[in-house]
Amino acid sequence: MSESGNLQPAAPAAGDTAANRHQVEVVRGEGGKVVVRVSGAWHLRHGMPLAASIESALTAGARPPQVAVDATGVTGWDSSLVSFIVGLAEICHTRQIPLNREGLPPGLDRLIELAETVPENKDAGLSDRPRPFVVKVGSSFLAYFDSVGKFVDFVGMVTLALVSFVRGRARYRRSDLVEVIQACGANALGIVSLISYLVGVILAYMGAVQLQQFGAAIYVADLVGIGMVREMGAMMTAIIMAGRTGAAFAAQLGSMKVTQEIDALSTMGISPMEFLVVPRMIALILMMPLLCLYSDFVGILGGATVGVGVLGLSLTAYWHQSMHAVTMTALVGGLVKSVVYGVLIALAGCYQGFECGKSSSAVGEAATSAVVSAIVMIVVACGMFAVLFNILNI
Amino acid sequence: MSTENSASGGAAAANGTANNRPPHIEVRDLTMAYGAFVLMRDLNFTVRHGDVFVIMGASGCGKSTLLRHLIGLMEPTRGEILYDGVNFTAAPPQEREATLRRFGVLYQSGALWSSMTLAENIGLPLGEFTDLSPREIREIASLKLALVGLKGFEDYYPSQISGGMQKRAGLARAIALDPDILFFDEPSAGLDPVSSRLLDELILALRDSLGATVVVVSHELPSIFTIANNSVFLDAETHTMIARGDPHELLTHSTEPRVLEFLTRGEPPPNSEKAHG
Ligand SMILES: Nc1ncnc2c1ncn2[C@@H]1O[C@H](COP(=O)(O)OP(=O)(O)OP(=O)(O)O)[C@@H](O)[C@H]1O
Ligand SMILES: [Mg+2]
Repeated sequence: MSESGNLQPAAPAAGDTAANRHQVEVVRGEGGKVVVRVSGAWHLRHGMPLAASIESALTAGARPPQVAVDATGVTGWDSSLVSFIVGLAEICHTRQIPLNREGLPPGLDRLIELAETVPENKDAGLSDRPRPFVVKVGSSFLAYFDSVGKFVDFVGMVTLALVSFVRGRARYRRSDLVEVIQACGANALGIVSLISYLVGVILAYMGAVQLQQFGAAIYVADLVGIGMVREMGAMMTAIIMAGRTGAAFAAQLGSMKVTQEIDALSTMGISPMEFLVVPRMIALILMMPLLCLYSDFVGILGGATVGVGVLGLSLTAYWHQSMHAVTMTALVGGLVKSVVYGVLIALAGCYQGFECGKSSSAVGEAATSAVVSAIVMIVVACGMFAVLFNILNI
Repeated sequence: MSTENSASGGAAAANGTANNRPPHIEVRDLTMAYGAFVLMRDLNFTVRHGDVFVIMGASGCGKSTLLRHLIGLMEPTRGEILYDGVNFTAAPPQEREATLRRFGVLYQSGALWSSMTLAENIGLPLGEFTDLSPREIREIASLKLALVGLKGFEDYYPSQISGGMQKRAGLARAIALDPDILFFDEPSAGLDPVSSRLLDELILALRDSLGATVVVVSHELPSIFTIANNSVFLDAETHTMIARGDPHELLTHSTEPRVLEFLTRGEPPPNSEKAHG
């Protein structure tokens, strides 16, 4: 809207010198009447005075019966003048001083009228108002409980959807399931290999430093094997999948929410839980143990690299030692964990996607919260497993 | 399903005036709210079989929200919605789903499933709710696309076509199951004047051929006066409806200044003197 002035369109040719810049003067006339005299070229690129800056001058003496604006000296204007006058009008309104705007150029007067129309439904966005501290604490506390309740609801609905999947009644597309399986299974192999291999190497080095002192370097194989199979295999795949797949689930479902695609499913009588959540949940339940098993193996391979390359053990000795150390119970325990982690990742990702707001930035936030909440839940579950396995003597 | 529809359509035409059948949609004392913010209260209106019903009102007054209530995406804060005299609001999930399946909805943004081609978008409801073979489904999908002028776009993904085309494809999906009631949220927004007129004609043709009832949210006066024979006018200031009925009659007989202002785009109606006198 720049250059919308009805006076000379203030091109730089109109003398854009410092002397010609916007000026504001407050003059007191007879009877205490106040005239705000604006003059010069008003352009945003030269900055703008705030109406608040003349507030004290306006109210210095006795309350004036009227404030008038004199704009005869204005050589050009844009939004800066509009904003200034609107600000002035607000000040006059709160102090109940009538404002005489007759001296304004006609185009400017129209804009100000537009700016002053009050929108309907303006109380719709209530939540943005500043609230006292206690109210804030209270409402975030309540909101927290609300969200816990919602999550429990969500888990319940997912469970029902899974039940109808098991009974063969769920509505979903096989091709979707295959696609998700590929995305969170085969496509994740590369990153899982890299991380697991390195974790195996790190575990081996950590053990080697201590065990070499006792000439017990061969026990590195035990350390790496048990460490990978019991904890690290499941844990590392879960964290990779939380970042990779959990975030993707949240982003996919979130953007489907934004574009009303989820609404379109529900109004068609197709449950979004069955159609969208079930394939994702099933894919992770199937793929997580496989990835975990693979990760265990690659991690042991990483340990073997260190054992053979650095500690000078023979590959067969290392292999036999590993096989001896890794028990079936430990292996199965790790796989069970990985399934649980998979369920948690799918829950976190899908829940955040469904709870996503209605803008593109909300999709990003949903993806972030999906990863964070998935990792928190994984670590908490890992702790609970540690206690449980201890009690069960596994 | 389609035969059932055309039968009901014929019946609707037959007893358009003889009122021995409950209204297709009935809204009773509906109050809609977002949290503590009451958007609209005490909405009462009925939509007869075969009506083209327009929801009018200024931007932001709650038209889309009313539509979301009608299609069961939001629960009324108070009041109820009945379809064919059966309470939809209080219905058990099974019954609700059956009612939902008789709806076709076109969303403000098209809302095509972005991971599926146009043919798959239209085929999904057909595959889920009919016993058609994949080949037959494909045939029907092509037919529906042809109806909205998208012949040959079966294997395009929604992201590969323009916004106006997405809207039309959304319409093709909405009519996939030959619904009894079609809901449109601003169907002509984003369409050029000619396409928007064609869409109006299509809506009327669908109403006549399927015997469907049509509920439209619209701002477009020409379109309102072309297609609608019933309406409700929502007012943001008083948070309730201030007029209902045939928009043509509202134009000549309404005494509500805000309704007249809307229907005449704020210009004084040419025959306002006559209407009031
Ligand atoms: N999720 C929400 N939470 C809170 N308030 C909302 C929400 N969605 C909409 N509103 C408010 O409800 C009011 C009505 O919104 P709605 O989308 O129904 O308007 P509309 O009549 O369809 O407008 P338009 O013609 O511009 O599409 C708006 O004032 C908006 O501020
Ligand atoms: Mg709307």
